[in-house]
This record gives sequence, structure tokens and C-alpha cells, in this order.
Amino acid sequence: MSLSKDAGHLFRFAFLFVIAFAVFLVVRHFVVPKTFGEYGHYRGAAIGEIAARPLHYAGHDTCETCHADVAEAKKAGKHAGVNCEACHGPLANHAADPSIQPAHLDTAVLCIRCHAASAAKPKDFPQVDAQQHSGGLACETCHKPHSPAIQTEGAK
Amino acid sequence: MLPAAAIAWKYVLAGTPEESPNYNKSDHWWSMLIDIPKCIGCGNCVRACAAENDVPEGHFRTWVERYHVDDWHMESPQVISPDGGKEGFPAASEDSGKYFFVPKLCNHCADSPCTQVCPVGATFISPDGVVLVDQTYCLGCAYCVQACPYGCRYIHPEKRVADKCTLCYHRITQGLTTACCENCPTGARQLVDLKDPNDPIHAFLKTHHVQVLKPQMATGAKVFYNELDGSVR
Amino acid sequence: MNGVEGFMYPNEIALQWSVLIVLYPYITGLVAGAFILASLERIFNVEAVKPTYRLALLTALAFLLVAPLPLQLHLGHPERSPEMYFTPHATSAMAMFGFVYLWYLMAVLVFEIWLDYRRDIVLLSQSSTGLLRRLYRIMTLGSQNISPRSLAIDRKVGWIVTLVGIPSAFILHGYVGFIFGSLKANPWWNSPLMPVVFIFSAMVSGIAAVMLLYMGTTKWRKLPIDMPCVDTIAMYLFYIFILDFSLEMLDLIHRVYEADESFRSLNFMVHTRLYFSQIVLQICIGTLVPIILLGIVQVTKLPPFIRKRIYVVAGCLVQIGIFAMRWNVVIGGQLFSKSFLGYTTYKMALVTKEGLLVAIFLTILPLCILWVLLKLLPPWPDKDHAPLPAATPAQ
Repeated sequence: MSLSKDAGHLFRFAFLFVIAFAVFLVVRHFVVPKTFGEYGHYRGAAIGEIAARPLHYAGHDTCETCHADVAEAKKAGKHAGVNCEACHGPLANHAADPSIQPAHLDTAVLCIRCHAASAAKPKDFPQVDAQQHSGGLACETCHKPHSPAIQTEGAK
Repeated sequence: MLPAAAIAWKYVLAGTPEESPNYNKSDHWWSMLIDIPKCIGCGNCVRACAAENDVPEGHFRTWVERYHVDDWHMESPQVISPDGGKEGFPAASEDSGKYFFVPKLCNHCADSPCTQVCPVGATFISPDGVVLVDQTYCLGCAYCVQACPYGCRYIHPEKRVADKCTLCYHRITQGLTTACCENCPTGARQLVDLKDPNDPIHAFLKTHHVQVLKPQMATGAKVFYNELDGSVR
Repeated sequence: MNGVEGFMYPNEIALQWSVLIVLYPYITGLVAGAFILASLERIFNVEAVKPTYRLALLTALAFLLVAPLPLQLHLGHPERSPEMYFTPHATSAMAMFGFVYLWYLMAVLVFEIWLDYRRDIVLLSQSSTGLLRRLYRIMTLGSQNISPRSLAIDRKVGWIVTLVGIPSAFILHGYVGFIFGSLKANPWWNSPLMPVVFIFSAMVSGIAAVMLLYMGTTKWRKLPIDMPCVDTIAMYLFYIFILDFSLEMLDLIHRVYEADESFRSLNFMVHTRLYFSQIVLQICIGTLVPIILLGIVQVTKLPPFIRKRIYVVAGCLVQIGIFAMRWNVVIGGQLFSKSFLGYTTYKMALVTKEGLLVAIFLTILPLCILWVLLKLLPPWPDKDHAPLPAATPAQ
């Protein structure tokens, strides 16, 4: 049949495609990560890798395992819902190695972040104009940060 | 004497290759509650997230917006978010109209448009409901950034891949809460496990009027806002 | 904040998709449009445009070879782009890029060019020397058979390839329109008309480009321009442009009428930040003026030397207009905030890998490649050289 003679070049061209496709399949087998498709159209191992990222914040439960006394004092006061690192910053490194001392906080700067008066804040939230309230004094002069309400008698 | 917890902490900090041994992905369906009346715009969450997750300057995995709505003119709120609210907000002086703060983050949508458009499968929703990015697989094409209706994604300037809130997946799988929730002084942000019958937030969700952002987009957003005003974009 | 007006979500301020992403649909648009012009002759038997058949195919190939470059330069990790071949995500329109591109390049364009040129390639493999001879011999795939029957088979198969090539060209460029049009997050892009508008504007730009290239190369070869040919091309250009303009106006009118939540913000953007590129460049200079010029030629009888000048002017304005359209879609879609409360600015860099200089280079590069292709596979027998030798019997 002379068709293959006159159409032979077409078969050669098609052959290129077949070769390319075969090479593609072989390469694909080696290149696609083994865990791909484990849970869905993604590399399953990625989940574990993301879960293994390092922590910077220890979380208040960890703080309280050592600093139970502070936790007690906080529980009774207005800052009961304020977690330790919200003011003290990330301290996972301190929890891992207590010899690492956390930085001392400057209450003149720290407290006004939340308590500076603003018409935008909820009306029932305790807020003051720092100048009018204390003339720029550091807040811990009168308030104990862990339990900030000023005791009128039997001061601590 | 060092408490046992602090010793065990060493292993937690070292970063385990998998999640905690007793964490079963299919037992959880993570989400978050934002209680708008409680937010004071302190920016603690933005700072905490940046510290916990090494978020690059000028990019935000979470941010806070301040709204000022005059009377009932919901279609034209004045909104600001100076550096994402990272250093809080300038004091507002006008007393007319209403002000409120809206913290935003990735909504970890159940039908997320961002995972739909990823050409290679580098972003996905995990079996426990957290939308994550596989940064060793991502091409950095930014299609997902374009597809997100909420503007919560960005391209990491050094890694050149897509990046966004991971709901602190590395924390929640160890029984901790997210960095933003941990550091919110008023409890305006709360992590929720929708599959956990003992989760205390379930009762709140059942008894309060909550809304998601841009519900018309039908993205299955899972971050619920309590008392979300109609002017919020 | 720099360049920001009003409020934008913090992550939205910097644009993600640069001028290179504007260039990519412009280039694939030229590919699709040039191919449609070639198919006019092959499938629809418009004899008059025959002189541009081979030129149109080579133009399409030259631009198609450059098309992936702006994308690779944009990617954060171009070395990972083969992932689109190995693990394409079936729900992503972008994932089909690799396959559509390869299919169109190899199974349509290269195949069709090879079939049409095969006789010339075989003859050139016999008459040339040195490295070129080696190259031509490789291109023959080892077959020297140019018997009348084999050429007849080539023509039949080529016809089928061109037929398949038409929807393939539509997919090659239409999927880009779908990439934008399917995003519910972006109201400037979100429209079922987007792929259709992309395809029609592609046809306009591609046809005009081949017309310009034909006129240019003919002039360069110091030959008279085939007026029936360019007149026919200009006629098709005119009618397709009317269709394209109608579709774009339909989109506009629909938006203005519906006036949904995004309308006020988008309207303001068009009247301020996009005014020059949309109203002036795209609509007035790039669409209305060429349509009017081409329309004048259709309804009046003008002498050839005026018609030629009109075609050149119209053709150039069309390129500006269609590029501006891509700019307005891609850049425009990122200038406004998804909160509908603010706008940002596109700060186009000059010398970075996604900057203006690279964009200009990528626009010139296809023309250089075309020049090489014209030398390698001349679309026309060169009158300065001896005509190609008579076919030798198959080895």
C-alpha cells in the first residue's frame, strides 16, 4: 500500500509526539512528590511541615506552670482576660530556657497602647488621657499591672 | 525545680515533624470568632502575628481597620488602617457618628476561590479546615492573590511565594491558640473548633447575630463577626 | 501613603501583575489573530488574502515563541513552572496554559507550517550547504518524499489542522480572558463577556499586524503591494472591529445600567486614573479613529495611494488601541480597592525584570525572530535568486 510511502513523513511527525509523551510520563513519575494527592490536590507532607514551624509565643498556660502566683493575682483583677505575653511579648524562648530574662517593660509606653482615650474605642472600655490623668507618670506608680484596680484600703 | 510542663516545652519548641501524636485532623474544623464591640484597636494582634510568623514589613497576615460611619450613611464609611493598625490608631476626636474596629484575616473559606485558581495545587484547604500555602511548591504567580475577595494574601518579598494567615496551624495543632487570639487583651478574637462539642464559643455563635464578610461572594467564609455593621467592606 | 487615595486593604496597595502580564495577552492575541487571517484563506477560501498566508503563520509562530517569556519573568519561581505540566489543578484556568500552549505550538502551528513548507524544506535541504543544510535535513524528519500524492495528502491534512486550529486559537487566547473573567473577587474583570472580548480584540490586532507586516515586507522587497489583498484584509478588519467594539460597548452599557456596588468606584477610576489609557488611547485613538478610517474606505472609492496610507495609520492605531485595552483590563483591575473605597497607583519600574525596558525588549524580540524565520522559510520565492530547483525524485 503506497499510503505509508507517501504519508511516511506524517508518521515520523506523529512519532515525535509519542516519544515526547513517553518521556513526559517517565519524568513525571520521578518528579511529582510522593505525598502529592494524599489528602487532595496538594503535597500532603506540606501540612506536617507547616505544623512544625517554631513557636515564639509560649501561651499563658505555659507561663502559669511556673508563675502561678501571678496567675492568681491576675485572676481576681480586671486584667484576668489579658494573657501574659500580650504585655510581656513573645517568651517561648524564656519558657524553654528560663535563664533567658525577658525585657523589663516600660509602663509609661505600654499601657497607653490600650488605654489611651479615643472617641473610636468602645465607651465602656477604661481609657484616659495620659497627660490629664497622671501628667506622664509611669502607670505602675499607682497601678499594679497584674491587678490594676487601685485598692482604697489595705493597699498591696 | 523545673515543672514537667517546661521540660516538655522543649520538644514543642524544637518543632515536631508532625503535629502532636494525638492530633487527628478529621476531628477538627477550625474557624474564628471576632467580637466587634470588644475590639479596642490596640493592634496587639497585628504585632503578635508578625512576631510569631515572621511577617515581612509592609505585608499583613492580619490587620485592623477603623470605621467611622456618619449617621446612617452606610455606603460611605471613612476607613483607615495605618500600617495595618500595627501601632494602634491615632486618637479620634470627632464624636459624631459611630466608630468601631474590624480586625481582618484570612477567612479560611470552605469554598475558597483562592484554592480554586491555584494552577499547581500549592494552596489548599487542610482536612481540618485551614487554608494553607505549600511554599516549596508555589510558583509565585499571584493568581490566588487576585482571586481572594478579602485582600488577605500577598507575595512574600524574599521567598517570592504566596503567603497568608495560617491560623497559626503550628500552634492550634498543639493545643495552643493562635498568636492573635492569645494576645488580644479583650478577648475580641477567639479561635473556634466547629467540630468540638466542648468548644465554649459554640454557645456564643448560637445565641448571637453573627455575619461573615462579603456573604454575597458565597466563599463559605469561616470567620464570624459579632455585630458586623452593614458599612463594613 | 504613597500613591494611595482613600482606603485600600493593606495587602492591595502594591500591584501584583505588572506590564508583563499586560504584554502576555497582547502577544497571544496577535498569535490568534494572525492565525485567523491565515485560516481565512485556507478554510474559507478567501483567495485574495493568499499572499499573506505564509507570512501570517510565521508571524504567529514568532510571537508564540516569545509568549511564555513575560510569564516566566513574572513568576516568583519560574524553575517550578513544570509543575503545571506534572500536577495541573483541574479547577484552575491558568493550569491549562502549558497544555494549550504546547498543543497550539506543536500540533497546530508547527505542524501546519511544516506541512505547507515541506516541499520547500526538502528542496532547500538539497540546495543549501553547511549548517543550514544540516538544519533543513533535520526539518525534513528524514523524508525526502515530495511526490504529488504526498503533497496532496499534506494539503488535506493541513486543511484539517487549520480547521482544528481555529477553535485552538480561540482557546489559546480565550482562556486568558477566562482567567480574568471568572474571578468573582474582581468586578472590573468579572464578566462572561471577557473571553469573547479578548478573542475579538485579538483578531483585530492580529489581522492588523499581519496587514502591516505584509505591507512593510513588500515595501522592503521593493515590490508593489497587492491591493486586492490588503483591501480584503482591511474589509475583514473593519467588520471584526465593529463586532469587537459592539461587544465592548455592550459590557460598558451593561455596567452603567446595572450600577452595582462596584460601579461608583470603577466609574471614578475610569474618569481619573484610567482616563488617558481608556478614553483617549483605547476608545478614541485606538478604536473610533481606525473604525472611521476603515469605514471611509469601505463606503467611498479612494485611490490606492490614499488607501495604503489609511491602512498603515489604522493598523498602527489598532495596535495602540488593543495594547491599551489589555493595559486597562490588567492594570485597571488592580488600581481600585476591593473595598470600593480607594485607589492606588502603578509604579512601573524601568530596569527590573518586570520593568518597561524588558517589556519593550519582549515586544521587539518577536520581530527579530520573524526576521530569522523569513530568512529560513521564505514565504515567497525571492526574485533576486534563482527559482527553487525542480523537484528531484524521492531518495
